[in-house]
Amino acid sequence: MNNDNNKDHAEETTMTDESKGLPFLTRRAALAGIAAGGATLAMPGILRAQGETIRIGFPTPLTGPFAAEAKDQVKSAELAVKLVNDRGGVAGRKVELLVRDDKLNAGEAATRTLELIEKDKVHAIVGALSSAVQLAVNEVTRARGVIYVSISQSDTINESKDFSRFTFHEALNPHMTTAAVAKHTFTKDSKVAYLVADYAYGHEMLRGFKRAQAAIGATSVGESLHPFGAADYSTFMPRLRSMRPDILCICNFGRDQANAVKQAVDFGMNRQAKIVVPVLLHNQRLAIGPDAFEGVVGGANYYWGLEDTVPSAKAFNDAFKAANGGAYPTDYGAYGFTGVSSLLLAMEKAGGTDTDKVIAALEALKYDVAKGPQHYRACDHQSVQSVLVLESKKKAEMKNEADLFKVLASEPASETILRSCSELGFPA
Amino acid sequence: MTASTSSVADVMGGPAGQRGWRARLTAWRVPLSILALCLLPWVLPSQALAVNVLIYGLVAVGYNLLFGYTGLLSFGHAAFFGAGAYVTGIAIGQFGVPWYAAVALGILAGGALAFVIGVLSIRTRGIYFSMVTLALSQLVYYSALQASSLTGGENGLRGFTVAKIDLFGWTIDFLNPLNKYYVIMVFAAAALWLVSRILNSPFGAVIEAIRENETRARACGYDVERTKLISFTLSGLICALAGTLSALHLAIVPLDILHYHTSGMIVMMTLLGGAGSFFGPFVGALAFLLMEDVVSLWTSHWQIVVGTVFILFVLFLPRGIWGTALAWRAGR
Amino acid sequence: MDAELIAMQLFSGVALGAILIMVALGLSIIFGMLGVVNFAHGALFMIGAYAGLWVASLTGSFWWGLLIAPIAIGAFGMLIERVLIRPLYKRSVDDPLLLTFGLGYVLVEAVRIVFGSDGIPFQTPPQLAGVADLGIGFFPVYRLFVVGVVAVVLVLLWLGLEKTRFGLIVRAGAKDPQIMRVLGVDIATVWLLVFGLGIGLTALGGVLAAPMRNVNPERGSLVLAEAFVVTVIGGMGSLIGAVVAGLLVGVAISMTALFAPEMATIVMFALMALVLLVRPHGLFGKPVRG
Repeated sequence: MNNDNNKDHAEETTMTDESKGLPFLTRRAALAGIAAGGATLAMPGILRAQGETIRIGFPTPLTGPFAAEAKDQVKSAELAVKLVNDRGGVAGRKVELLVRDDKLNAGEAATRTLELIEKDKVHAIVGALSSAVQLAVNEVTRARGVIYVSISQSDTINESKDFSRFTFHEALNPHMTTAAVAKHTFTKDSKVAYLVADYAYGHEMLRGFKRAQAAIGATSVGESLHPFGAADYSTFMPRLRSMRPDILCICNFGRDQANAVKQAVDFGMNRQAKIVVPVLLHNQRLAIGPDAFEGVVGGANYYWGLEDTVPSAKAFNDAFKAANGGAYPTDYGAYGFTGVSSLLLAMEKAGGTDTDKVIAALEALKYDVAKGPQHYRACDHQSVQSVLVLESKKKAEMKNEADLFKVLASEPASETILRSCSELGFPA
Repeated sequence: MTASTSSVADVMGGPAGQRGWRARLTAWRVPLSILALCLLPWVLPSQALAVNVLIYGLVAVGYNLLFGYTGLLSFGHAAFFGAGAYVTGIAIGQFGVPWYAAVALGILAGGALAFVIGVLSIRTRGIYFSMVTLALSQLVYYSALQASSLTGGENGLRGFTVAKIDLFGWTIDFLNPLNKYYVIMVFAAAALWLVSRILNSPFGAVIEAIRENETRARACGYDVERTKLISFTLSGLICALAGTLSALHLAIVPLDILHYHTSGMIVMMTLLGGAGSFFGPFVGALAFLLMEDVVSLWTSHWQIVVGTVFILFVLFLPRGIWGTALAWRAGR
Repeated sequence: MDAELIAMQLFSGVALGAILIMVALGLSIIFGMLGVVNFAHGALFMIGAYAGLWVASLTGSFWWGLLIAPIAIGAFGMLIERVLIRPLYKRSVDDPLLLTFGLGYVLVEAVRIVFGSDGIPFQTPPQLAGVADLGIGFFPVYRLFVVGVVAVVLVLLWLGLEKTRFGLIVRAGAKDPQIMRVLGVDIATVWLLVFGLGIGLTALGGVLAAPMRNVNPERGSLVLAEAFVVTVIGGMGSLIGAVVAGLLVGVAISMTALFAPEMATIVMFALMALVLLVRPHGLFGKPVRG
């Protein structure tokens, strides 16, 4: 960044100086001949007058296997924006959501994020639905000093190597999800077999489960890796069966999970072992049907059934149903709501969109918008929040089409369920 | 797609009038391309899109050398594109290599990979050639997925943002989208000039002779296998250059860059613009990305539009946008 | 590692191989007879599953879906041949390949528009649910049924191609269409029927696979890769090649799943690369010209 005539921008550059991992970006950066004209176009800070609409970029995979989740995210995020605008906006300014299709592709997401920052001059970004996309958006926003609220699961992004002081993690991470699920399913006598997707997210889930398993005193009877994105799991079943587990822990996500669970049930694995997954997805359960998922236990950030015990969940459900013809909000959809809501609350506290002030407000924020109390931990900006442990219902037990899960437990928000700051590589 | 378009006609000569403007276009094709590229960021919806057009245009130009001019349908060019990007990213992020050296390393690595895959695949023919290149590039994809300590695996490679570049005592802010565009354009222009030189050289005539009739080329005493291999490697080098530029542009390398879907996209762009013509690939990349960018803003079902347009081109305009424009101009 | 587990693993591999043969059959037949590389194969496989699901939900029976969907999609395949593929026969082999590549995009997106993108449950028919005890281990009844269907289909195909007049014409037409025209055979109609047959088989594979794997718009993408690998290893257009290659790939995947599970997908492509390096036209394929 190379232009000194803009105060707002100068501040941003100084901020970037201090940001971790980018010591080489300095204000000394001289002017290249052709840059003079372009500089004005590129300034994210310019034109931020009072009263100007607050623009929030929202990249999400509207095409691809998670399109259903993505559409729920958009609906929930739009609801959060609408509720704030109905109240008169943030510090008197209207809020606008700019939804972009990232196609579940990290390269596409990076391009779209660049467009949102450079062309649409957004004040912040919320979104992403895969670890890779989230890390790509994080990389782009970090270099340009733009606030990003990530709403996708990953342990990697919590670690100091990828830390950005502009990024806040609204989603659960595999470590906390597996800790909660294991706590309510494993016992001292459990014999656990693992089927693990062979990529970062799968390994993160395995690590989380094994750590919990050791703490509980359960035994591991073996683990089998499967290729990421596999369609057929029949060849893994004989070995898993021969391990004679009483818990089969399937550490994968989305379509992989749906295929693996269905085929494990086909092979009768559910008769000898309880099937446990790290994350139960509302839309995947709908896509596979109740029979294959019957009795499967897994974690979640949100389930509408929470409304029986949590007042903010009731309010969120009611608002969502009113805005979407009676449809129920879903887990990944709820991330869109809580992520946008927390950002807007912080902007309100900060009295506008000044990056430093909003970051300070987010760090100090205590919020309860849909699922009970939440706050962002200081060191890694991870949202400390409750983790639900759900069990998939029998068809006969379902009261309506959306009545999919029983809430077995709600692990309350606590930093003890997270990896410590020093373990993540942050100075104590 | 049989791509007998401009250049053969140039060599053979045509009716005098036609030949005149064609020859002039060919002689001026590099300066004309560069002029068009200079204007690009000012006419497209966003500068990020303009940079993508540069990068994918360049990939398509590289691919066209093999597909359009030599007549070999490879389904594995994602491997060279990706290799260039990965090596550049790894060199900068993990070994602290200066950006220009990292670009050079990326090009070399992609070229070397192209040479190896070329050696293995040239001996197969027809559809098997397409399939071997596909299989080998999928092997590269899975290797990158497995070598996650080096490549970041499925999470993608990151941590190598180039924020400014020093050149002859000047420091250019590389986060500024226009600066970034014009820096990358310099590389693209150099590559275009190189491709133009190759096509004008005797080597260019030989590869076209192979495309038109391999048996005859062999009978004329040309070493067909060696020529194909050189063409394959050159094509891979240019795709690798595009990959290195993509790494600099996005500051990440997504694993998807190596997937065969990327190879398919490269083929589609080349065809859409016009295989076997000099400007075609760039026109194709521009049309494809613009279509995707614009259509996906108003519907999430952009693939049905892109797919239909592509089918219509194969059916009715197999010479692509540019090839058809040339033929139409010549036919008047 | 006990012998029982290895025997069971071997059996899983053979059963997987049968499914792979089913997946690859349509692709192989169309290439063998028409020389068309059908890149929309995966999409049509997926559409077969959706059609089966739709018919099954209308009639309330899986069996009607299994019967009607392949016929309906086969007819749709003939429409594709007539309208989109036929104009390209005179051009290079790359053209149908590229056209079907685009067609794949269109079909997948059309399914997303009609049925949504999240996928639909497809239950195993109740008569075939449950697991069977094979002595060496347990195996789903439904998968055994699929293996049986594949065997029947292969026998019928073989009989049809070797023992009937139509089979004779098809085989002769694949070798030399020009001669057939001279002999007064309406080769265009033969190709139309063969294309329909190939697509019908593809759709049958889609319906058969539906209760095992999920029904969603993206399922064709993986299937396309599997089908290509099997067809290419076997030699494109060779029926016996597809059978041998299907079993080979199935067992290779199964054995790597046991001993080096993270390599279970790579092994497929590695095998294909290896076979082509040793035999550039596959195990049973005929050498191709330029």
